[in-house]
Amino acid sequence: MNDTTSSRATRVLGIAALVSLAFSLSFGLIFSPPEVFQADSVRLMYIHLPSVAVAYSCFAVTLLGSIIYLRNGSTFWDLLAGAAGEIGVLFTAFLLISGSLWGKPTWGVYWQWDPRLTSTAVMFIMYIGYLVVRRLELPPDVRSRRAAVLGIVSFVNVIIVHYSVQWWRGLHQGQTIGIDTQLDGLMLFSLFLGLVSFLVVGSWLLVHRFRIAWLEHQLSAQGMERAIAERRAEGGFGLSGSGA
Amino acid sequence: MHWEFVIAGYVIVFGLLAAYAFFLVSRGRRLSKQVPTDRRRFLD
Repeated sequence: MNDTTSSRATRVLGIAALVSLAFSLSFGLIFSPPEVFQADSVRLMYIHLPSVAVAYSCFAVTLLGSIIYLRNGSTFWDLLAGAAGEIGVLFTAFLLISGSLWGKPTWGVYWQWDPRLTSTAVMFIMYIGYLVVRRLELPPDVRSRRAAVLGIVSFVNVIIVHYSVQWWRGLHQGQTIGIDTQLDGLMLFSLFLGLVSFLVVGSWLLVHRFRIAWLEHQLSAQGMERAIAERRAEGGFGLSGSGA
Repeated sequence: MHWEFVIAGYVIVFGLLAAYAFFLVSRGRRLSKQVPTDRRRFLD
């Protein structure tokens, strides 16, 4: 057993992530053509949409983990929910950064209080709140239960973000990928490559983040066991001392 | 056209991604050394 959080499976996943990212970068920055109206700024789409896909997937894992934890108290699902929440927040940050950089040449502003942008910012803040709750100084089961409730409630906002372009009018364009997608072949391929590479990278990060959470949990349990053993030893010494 | 925004976006996103990946790997390495092997069953 090695002294890392990697295994054969994660090494394979890591290599796949690096290779797919290299292809994604080449197609996103070099091989794909500029768009007629947006020119080269459309290249930000190849990191913007994949970031959305990873963030949504991670928040779905957080939702699933939170539900299962509330049902059976499984540590595995609690830790997985927390790990996915952190990766989701990271990719939501990518989404906001790439989105505002794409917004400036397209709309003339970095930020607009548009329904999609605003609901995304709210989603980002809610999941940061979720991560904060996971670090509160509370008994572990109380903390995990509160985090699980927040992990479930926060997912409502993911649905609002997704449908915001249909429910309200705003600056943000509608869904890019759908039945009537009108993207050039190479642009569509670059976008697909971006989606695949980001999902592989997201999975690799999630596995490592989960394993770190597992190790932290084991260390904390170890500390707790040691403290109980010390208290017992102190108690035993006191009893024998009083009997002498 | 607009390459400054494209480059900024890619550099920030990939830079943060690399930094976070490095942080995870190094933190995992540090924690693994503190936890006995029988408590690291996810690696089996």
